[in-house]
Amino acid sequence: MDWTDEGIVLSARSHGETSAIACLLTRDHGAHAGLVRGGLGKRHRGVLEPGNLLKATWRARLSEHLGAYALEVIRAGAAPFLDDPLRLAAISAACAVCEASLPERQPHSAVFEGLSVFLETLESESWPSVYVKWEMGLLKELGFGLDLSRCAATGANGQLAYVSPKSGRAVSLSAGEPYKKSLLPLPAFLLNAGGEGAPRDVVNGLNLTGYFLDRHVFGHHGPGIPPARLRLADRFSRK
Amino acid sequence: MTSSGIDRLISLLSKLPGLGPRSARRAALYLIKRRESLLAPLAGAMNQALEDIVTCSACGNIDVIDPCAVCADPKRDASLICVVEGVADLWALERLNAFKGRYHVLGGVLSALDGVGPEDLNISGLAARASQDQVKEVILATNATVDGQTTAHYIADRLSKTGVQVTGLAHGAPMGGELDYLDEGTLLVALKGRGPVG
Repeated sequence: MDWTDEGIVLSARSHGETSAIACLLTRDHGAHAGLVRGGLGKRHRGVLEPGNLLKATWRARLSEHLGAYALEVIRAGAAPFLDDPLRLAAISAACAVCEASLPERQPHSAVFEGLSVFLETLESESWPSVYVKWEMGLLKELGFGLDLSRCAATGANGQLAYVSPKSGRAVSLSAGEPYKKSLLPLPAFLLNAGGEGAPRDVVNGLNLTGYFLDRHVFGHHGPGIPPARLRLADRFSRK
Repeated sequence: MTSSGIDRLISLLSKLPGLGPRSARRAALYLIKRRESLLAPLAGAMNQALEDIVTCSACGNIDVIDPCAVCADPKRDASLICVVEGVADLWALERLNAFKGRYHVLGGVLSALDGVGPEDLNISGLAARASQDQVKEVILATNATVDGQTTAHYIADRLSKTGVQVTGLAHGAPMGGELDYLDEGTLLVALKGRGPVG
C-alpha cells in the first residue's frame, strides 16, 4: 500500500550507517514514521531538518509495517533562520512538542495546518503570538482545550484576565482579584483571533500553555515537557 | 584458532562501519591469510591504541598524550578556540591546514530526540577556557543543522558574560556546487548571505 501527502519533518534519527527513520506530521495521516533510505547521505541531509515541509510518498507491503518514505522538499522551514536563535528555538520547540504529544498515525489535520501557518509566519514579527495560539490549538485537539469564552465565577464575558489552573477556564479581573496569586495571567491576544501580543503577553501565553501541556500532556510521560520547549520559554523570558 | 574464534573475529569486524557480515568474512579471511604481515601488527596496534589513547583534559580531543599535541603545541594561537561537535570535525579542520588556533570538542549537540542536554556536553569546560585572559575569539564550527545551530546559540549565550568574541562559520553554496543540484535550504541561506562581488 502507499499514499502521498504533505508532511512537516518533526525528527530524524539514524538507522544503520546510511538510512534514517523520519517522523513527519502529515496532513491526513498524522504523525507518521518511515524509513528514508540514504537518509544520512549528502542528498537527504538538508531534507530531514525539523520544520521542512515535504511532499512525502510512503510505501509498505502492509499498513502496520514501518514502510519507506520518498521525500521531496516543498519549503525549507529552518534554513532561513539558522542565525536567529529565537526563531530556531521556536521551530525546535514546536517539532519536539508535536512529536512527544501526538499519537502516531492518527490524523490531526488542525495541528498540521496550525504548524504550517506558524512556519509560514516566522518571517513576520507576529510569529510568537501565532506560536502560543498554535499550542492552544494543540491542547484543544488533544482534548484539553481551555475555555476562554466567559468567566468561570460570574459567567460574564468581559475583562477576562486570568485562567484557573485547576479547571482551565477563564476568570474575570474582578472575580480573580482575591486569588490572583494562584491564577495564571491570561494575555488579551488569546481572546481575539487576529490578536498580537507584546513580548510580556507572549511570555504569559507560553507560561499558560506550558502549564497545561505539562499538566495534561507531558505530566504522565517519563521525560516530561521537552527540553527544547523549556529552552524557548527561557530564551523568550530573557528577551 | 577454533572456528568459534573465527566466528568471533567475523562478528566483531562486522560491527565496524561500512562492514556487513559478508564483507567482515572477507576481511577476516584476508587477515588470517596474512597473519604475520597484517594480523599480528594490526592486533598490536589495536592493543597499543587501547592502552595509550586518552582524551585530552583540556579540549576533549583524542591523542596518546594529555594534553594533546594540538593543545601542547606552543606555536598554536592560544587566543583562538574553534568549537567542534566531534573529533571527526577536528580532523576535518586539521586536514585544511589553515586553522592555527586551538580546538574544543563538545562531544555532540543538544538534541531533544536523543535526550542530550547542556550537561551532557563539554560546555562548562569551554566556558572555563573562554574566561582565560589570552582567549580573544571562540569560533563555533557546529554543523549547519537545526540541532547544531541551536547548540551554537546556546553556547553563544553562555559565553556572553565572558566578553570574548563569538563567531560562527559562514553557510552557503559549496565549492563546485551547481545551483540546480543544491537543496532549497542551502540556496536560501546562500542567497541570504550574499555579498558584493569585485
